[in-house]
This record gives sequence, structure tokens and C-alpha cells, in this order.
Amino acid sequence: MNTDLILQFAGGVTVVSPALLLLVLGMIPLVGIRIGERLTAFMTQVSVLTGLVGSVTVLILMLVTDQRNVPIELGDWVAIEPDGFHFHLKFVFDRLSVPFTIMTFVLCGTVGAFTRVYLHRDAGYQRFFLFYAVFYLGMIVSTLAGTIETLFFGWELVGLSSALLIAFFQDRPSPVRNGLRVWIVYRIADAAFLIAALLLHHLTGAGDFEGLMGSGPWPEGVANIAGSPALIIGLLLLVAAAGKSGMVPFSGWLPRAMEGPTPSSAVFYGALSIHLGTYLLLRVSPLLDVSLPLQIAVIAMGVVTAIFGAMTSRVQTDVKTALGFASLTQVGIITVEIGLGLRYLALIHIIGHALLRTLQLLRAPSLLKDYFSLEDAIGGGLPTSKSSVGVQGTSSAGRWLYRICNERGYLDAALYRLIANPIVGLFQFAGRVEDRWTQFLSGNKSPRLSQTQVEPSAASELSRGTSEMVEDLR
Amino acid sequence: MPELMLPWLELSILIPLIGSLLVRFPRDRDLARKWCIVICSLALTCTVGEWIDFARMATFEAHDHWDALASIFHANLLVIDELNAPLLPLISLLFLLTVISTLRTKLNRFSLSGTLFYQAVLLATFSCRASWLLIALLIIGAIPPWFEMKYRRDESTRVYSIHMIAFAICMVLGYWLLPAGAEADPEQPRSTTLIAGALLTLGALLRNGIFPLHCWMTDLFQRATLGTALLHVLPMTGAYAVMRLVLPIAPSWALQSIAVLSLITAVYAAGRGLVETDGRKFFCYLLLSNSSLVLVGLELVTSIGLTGALCLWLSVGLSLGGLGLTLRCIEARIGRINLTHFHGLHEHTPKLAGLFLLTGLGAIGFPGTIGFIGTELLVEGAVGVYPVIGIAVVIAATINGIAIMQVYFRVFAGRSITTSIPFTAKPSERFAVVVLALLIIGGGLYPQPGISSRHHAAEALLEHRGVNKTESHHDGKHSQSAASEVQSDSGSMNNAETTTDLNETNQSQSADDPTRADRQLNESE
Repeated sequence: MNTDLILQFAGGVTVVSPALLLLVLGMIPLVGIRIGERLTAFMTQVSVLTGLVGSVTVLILMLVTDQRNVPIELGDWVAIEPDGFHFHLKFVFDRLSVPFTIMTFVLCGTVGAFTRVYLHRDAGYQRFFLFYAVFYLGMIVSTLAGTIETLFFGWELVGLSSALLIAFFQDRPSPVRNGLRVWIVYRIADAAFLIAALLLHHLTGAGDFEGLMGSGPWPEGVANIAGSPALIIGLLLLVAAAGKSGMVPFSGWLPRAMEGPTPSSAVFYGALSIHLGTYLLLRVSPLLDVSLPLQIAVIAMGVVTAIFGAMTSRVQTDVKTALGFASLTQVGIITVEIGLGLRYLALIHIIGHALLRTLQLLRAPSLLKDYFSLEDAIGGGLPTSKSSVGVQGTSSAGRWLYRICNERGYLDAALYRLIANPIVGLFQFAGRVEDRWTQFLSGNKSPRLSQTQVEPSAASELSRGTSEMVEDLR
Repeated sequence: MPELMLPWLELSILIPLIGSLLVRFPRDRDLARKWCIVICSLALTCTVGEWIDFARMATFEAHDHWDALASIFHANLLVIDELNAPLLPLISLLFLLTVISTLRTKLNRFSLSGTLFYQAVLLATFSCRASWLLIALLIIGAIPPWFEMKYRRDESTRVYSIHMIAFAICMVLGYWLLPAGAEADPEQPRSTTLIAGALLTLGALLRNGIFPLHCWMTDLFQRATLGTALLHVLPMTGAYAVMRLVLPIAPSWALQSIAVLSLITAVYAAGRGLVETDGRKFFCYLLLSNSSLVLVGLELVTSIGLTGALCLWLSVGLSLGGLGLTLRCIEARIGRINLTHFHGLHEHTPKLAGLFLLTGLGAIGFPGTIGFIGTELLVEGAVGVYPVIGIAVVIAATINGIAIMQVYFRVFAGRSITTSIPFTAKPSERFAVVVLALLIIGGGLYPQPGISSRHHAAEALLEHRGVNKTESHHDGKHSQSAASEVQSDSGSMNNAETTTDLNETNQSQSADDPTRADRQLNESE
């Protein structure tokens, strides 16, 4: 068996193992078979280990044979030859994707093992692992994607699983609302990504990263497009990355995302999906070299995000939210590094930060428990540290800054007021006009609605519900 | 014209037609429902049979063996071609799943006989090649929902009637005014052709529910049973009418105006669905948005765009059919779905929750579902011709995605409920769930055969219109010129056979055209 064949096999295993896990966890319940907790966790562990072995094998072989770019061609998923339309399933193992993939396997495996105990006998155990499998596949596909369409495929899976896992505790409205809000931001990011991918496709004739970023292995590729289109596409991708990584002005979803169970918070918003935006910027980094304004935009975005995250995390009173904003600070710094062209540094920063933050987030619940145990033991509150932030005694400007940070920069409020409110208001107005018109045409005969459960006496509840719904949309 | 092995088309229409009479006999409604399921299954078998039979022939169109109608009327009235071949099984499947998922408690409200009659009419409509008959069938197809609202539910039919009468008048008047040589030069239409074309376009738009002529749809969903409303709107007969009647004679500006109006409708309906607080109306807007996207693709007249639209037609039918049936199953448990508060049904109906999510995501073209590649192709085609349209399509899909997830959370999450009766899915509902899930996921994971088939159909349609294939590819300018060339070259096409008779030359079309013959006969009379 030659090296190339082993590389292809190991690469194939890396991609197929998460896909198989999702297929099994998704399809078996559909036909009415319920899988137990042990089997679910076992299958997950087997899948993660298999994928990890596959990716490590690829890494070892790449190091031994001194190959810097190993494409795994799975052929065309869809091809329309006469029109030159190809949805090419291509995965690339290079200096960017291999470390990220191995990190994904390690963290997914760690969190999977943690969850096995953490959610033991929880009613949503199977559901968690199903959504986790969606996320896991999405991350691997995004990381290894050799074409922008394939990256989009994984990107969407990550978004969906994130929203569903934030709403994991679905018997309460708050997680559900937060899941929806995160989904809204993700959809906006996805739209920007899709438009960028299409423009890219039209400019270069293919979605292949090689065709786009030059044939050189990452990070030495040279983008094949001119400065102006690179700026437009780059800005769209920056919006997509900002949405996915929770950068300014989309940072509002980050604390909301912490409504999900701790394992998902740790692996998604502390480690993996929060870095997916920066990963995208790293992947398309040759675009930055073509356009100086784009480079400046990336650096500016990073600086603002880092400062915002640093200040906001200092005033948060909830441990997960504080850690979330602390992650954001690092994401901002990583973005600055990417903008400055320090790509290896950014990659190392991502890996180091992701591992550390996962550990912190997984430790957070037990840390709080230990903290309370200590308080119980000594019969009072523990002494506060000197680094604790207080409002008393600070200047007026300091108080204002504190307030702004405490309200997370009023970014959510600004987005609601400037974007969401006008859109929702416009369509609600259109609905009222439409209702009047239909009533007029029908001679003011309303539908009988014989099956409706909305009771007239529940008008106040209805009104409250409508405002809640509108609030969700905003 | 090649012949199928059996008279599949006539059988698929006759079986539900006879069935509609048969199911009236049993007093036991449950027994009638079982008969109805058998009849729908037979109709589905016939349509699948004709699709397989047609596929093995590797031709663009075919008609029945022992075609009784052809021998009576001396014209091929019922024809299967690449456009309608997969649509016929889709329609049959939707009817079967609708009947299967109808619970016993709803049998008194849902007319089995009327449903089967409507199935026969729809299958005839989608098999029909003669324009006059098509118009007649489209008008007949508007009657069953009206009948149900008027006599079975005692609801006001004014909104529906106004729109459908206007639709009928536009279609009849438009076709009647259409001069025999209208298709000769659509870019230089005479005033009568212009008026006739405008009337036919307006009629088709009315039937498709294009903004601002869509109010009848929301009204229908409010007043008719959900099953009837679904079956009336889901097959997108309006889009079919556009393909058969408007496209051959429409000048560029008309096609462009349809595309722009469709796009406005798609975005508007997506936005309305986002803020809608009634479950049925939400579904109606979602359907309206997606069916408008299909129409956008059909009017792009490029190979990629048309392929995307034809794929989307199937995926939307399947996905939104599944979503509609899920809503219907939920309605059977909790009544009309009010989206102003959480219902928290997931714990009790996890399968329906899964199907809702799956079908909803399929409808917006989420990766891994049947709609993904279709949406990609549609956007790709749209960007190639009009970049703004491509971006607007993405915006509409984005808003629809948000709306679907919002409704999912509203219906299935947000609180915990206890019920005195079990809400779990019945075996028949589970069957529908599994079938739809397999089709949506299967079509998503293995899309190539479907895409190839739709692309072949699109290519044949364009070839017939004289589009230079090399010009209809990615390049935007080229595509645009191709689109205009389509218009200028389509003059050689025959009115009735534009999208069907691709194997025959223009000359033979003129000679064999039953529509023209009918029109000439009418004129001589």
C-alpha cells in the first residue's frame, strides 16, 4: 500500500466518521428505535477516536513525506457538465486545516466524554448528542473544506446546531428566545457568506480555494482577483465571520448563547464555533493581501472587538458570560493578527486559546460549587479580590463606561432600533392593510375559525404574546 | 410521438375519478377513508409507473398506449414530458399522504370524494397539452375549494370568488383574443397579441398569488380545511399555466415583469411570514414566497436558472407538503395554531417536531436536504442574469429561514405541557413522517439523478426556444443576451406545444398543433 493511498484512506476516514455518526443518530430514532445512553456515548466516542486517528495519521504522513497540501477528492456531488456547474466535494489537509481538525476532534471528544456524565438521565440526552453530531460534522466539514461551497455546507450545520443547543432547555421560554436570536444573527452571516461565495464563484469560475487563492499551499497562495472585487467579497466575508464569531456589532448573541448546557457553551462559544469566523478569515487570507482597505477593515474590526470584549467581560456578574466576553477579546486579537498578516501566530493563538477556554468553561460549574462549599464551611462570604470592579468611588466617566459595558455597548438595542424595528414594523403595517383589504372584499365576514383555541377572554394574554413575539424578532 | 407501455396517464386520472364516486357509498367514513387510501395508492402507482416508463424511453415526451382520448379527439391531449413527469407522482404522493394523515376525527370535515375528484382534475391539468383544455381544467380546478367553503363549511367565498372569476375571465378572454400567429414574433406583438398576452399573464399571476393579488390565498387558508387549501396551492398550477400558456407568446418585458413581480412577492411574503401570528397564514406566506422563487427561476430562461427552478418546484412541493401536513397533524391535536405564545409540543410529539424542522429546512434549501442544490442553482442562475435578483433570492431565503425556526420554537418549545390525551404520532402519521423524511434527506444526499433529469428538461426547453447554450452559461452578460435571444427566437414556437413538443420541428408543430386547429375551427364556426 503506497503512501498516497494511505493518505486518501485516512483523510476519507476523518471526514466519513462524523458523517456516519450523524446518520446513525439521526436515522435510527426516525424508524422508532430508541438508543440507550451508553450506546449513544459509545458511538460518539468511537466516531471521534476514529476521526482523530485518521487526522493524526494524515499529519504524520504529511510530516514524513514533507507534503504541505493533501487534497482528498470525493468527486462531484452534483455536476452539470454542459453548464460547467460542479459541486465538488473536496477536502484539503494543509498547515491550516490539520491543526484545526485535530483540535476539533480533541475538544469534541473531551466535551462528549464530559457530557456523558453531565447530562446523565437528562430527558434531552439523545437530543443533545444528535445536535452535537450535527455540530461535529459541520466543524469537520468547514475545517477541511477545499471549496467555498463545501465550507458553506459545514458552516450552516454549525449554525443550526448552535441555535438548537442554545434552546436545549426547551421547556423554558428564555433559552428558546435566545436560540432564535442567535439563529437570526447566524442567518444574516450565512446570507453574507452565500453572496460572497456566489460572487467569488462568478469571478473565478469555480469555488475551489486553489483557483481562488492561487496554487501555493496555505499561507503562501496569491489571490487571483483584483483589489476592488476582493474588497467587496472580503467585506462580505468579514460580515459572515463577525456574525459567526460574535464580533462587534453582533456581540449581543454571545451571552445569550450561554443559556445552553455547559458542554455546548464550552465547545461552541468558548472554543470552536467562535473561532470559525477567524478560521474563515485565515482561509481566505490571501484576499487581504490584495486589498489594503480590506486589511484595515479587518484590523479595525479586531481592535474594536478586543477592546469591547475586554471591557465588557470585566463587569459581567455571570461566570459563563464573563468567560464568553473574555473569549471575544482573544478573538478580536486573533483578528488583528490575521489583518496584520501574522497567520501562523493567529493559528497558534486560536489553538491555545480554544484549549484553555474549554477547560475554563468546563470547570466553571464545579468551581462555583466549590466556591459555595467554601462559603458554607467558613460560614460567610469569601473575601473579594482586589481585581473586582466596583462602581463606588469612580468618576462620572467611569460610571458611564461601566454602564455601557454592563449593557454590552447597547449593541443589541442599536441593531433592534436601526434594523429590526423598521423591518418588523413595515411588515406588520402591511399585514394590517392586507387584513382590511381582505375584510373589505369579503363584505366584512370574518372566518368562522371553528377550531381556534384563542379565547376572547384571553385578549390580554394574546396581546402579551404578540409583543413577546415581536420582541423575539427584534 | 413515442408511446408508453400502458395508458398510465388515462388510468391515473380515471382511477381517482371513479374513486370519487365509490367513496361516497360507505356510510362508515373510516371504511371510505381506507378505500380512498387504496385509490390514492393506485393513482400513485400509475403516476410512478408512467414516470419509470417514460424515463426508460429516453425521450422528451410520450403519450399513452391505447390512447382513447387521442383516437376520439384526433389529438394528443394527454402527454407526459420531462417537465411534468416528476410532478405527476409528486401530486399523487401529496394526495396519498394527505388522506393517510387525515385522522378519523376529521373525516366529517374533510371531503374524501371531493379530494379524489380534485386529484383527477389536477392530474389531468398537469398532463394536458391542449391550451383550451388546460384553461378549462384550471377553471374546473378552482371549483372544489369554492364548493367546500360554500357548502361544507358555510364560509364566505367572496374573496376567493372575485379572484378566481377574474382569473377565469383573464384566461378565457386572453386566449380567445390571441391571434393565430401570435407566437410568430413575440418581440413585435400586435395590439391584440399585447392585450391577450397581458390578460393571460394577469390570469396566471392571479392563480399563482402574486403580490398584490395574493389575498385569496390567505383567505382560502383561513376558511377552507387545511388539507384542501394545501392540495389546492401546493402543486403550483399557476406556475404550470405560465410555463404552458404565457412563456411561448410572452415578450421580454412580460417575462421580466413576471420575474420582478415574483421576486417582490418572494421577499414580501417572506417578511409577512416572519411577523405572522397565525399558523395557517404563516404557512401560506411561506408557500407563497417559495412558489414565487420558483417562478423567478422559470423566467430567468437560462439553463442553470431553469434547472434550479425545476428542482425547486419538486423540493418545495415535497418539503412544504410535509410541513403543511405536519401543521395539519398539530392542528388535529390543539386546533388552529396561534403563534403568539409557546405551545411546547416537542416532548409529546418528537417525530412531528423532527419532521417540521426537516421539512422547513428543506424548503429553505438547507444543506443536506433536497432543496439545497436547487436553491444553489437558482441563485447561481439569478446572479448570472441579474445580480440584484440573486441577492434578493438569498434575502428571501434568509428571512424564510428565520421565520421557520421561529415557528418551530413557538410550536414545539418554550414551555412544558401536560395533556390528558396522548399526542404521540399515530401509525399513519408516522408512515407519512418516515416517507417524507427519507425523500427529503435521500434527495439531499444523492441529488445527482434528480438534478440531471431537471437539467435535461431545462436544456430541452431552452433548445426548443432557440437559446444558444454557450450563451446561457455563467457569464452574466452572455446570459442576458441569451435571454433576449430566447425572446426573439421564440417566434418560431408553437403556442400550445412550446414546452412539450421538443422533438418535432417548428414546421411539423404548426401542422400538428391542436390548439391552432381548434382556434381555426372556432374562427370558422
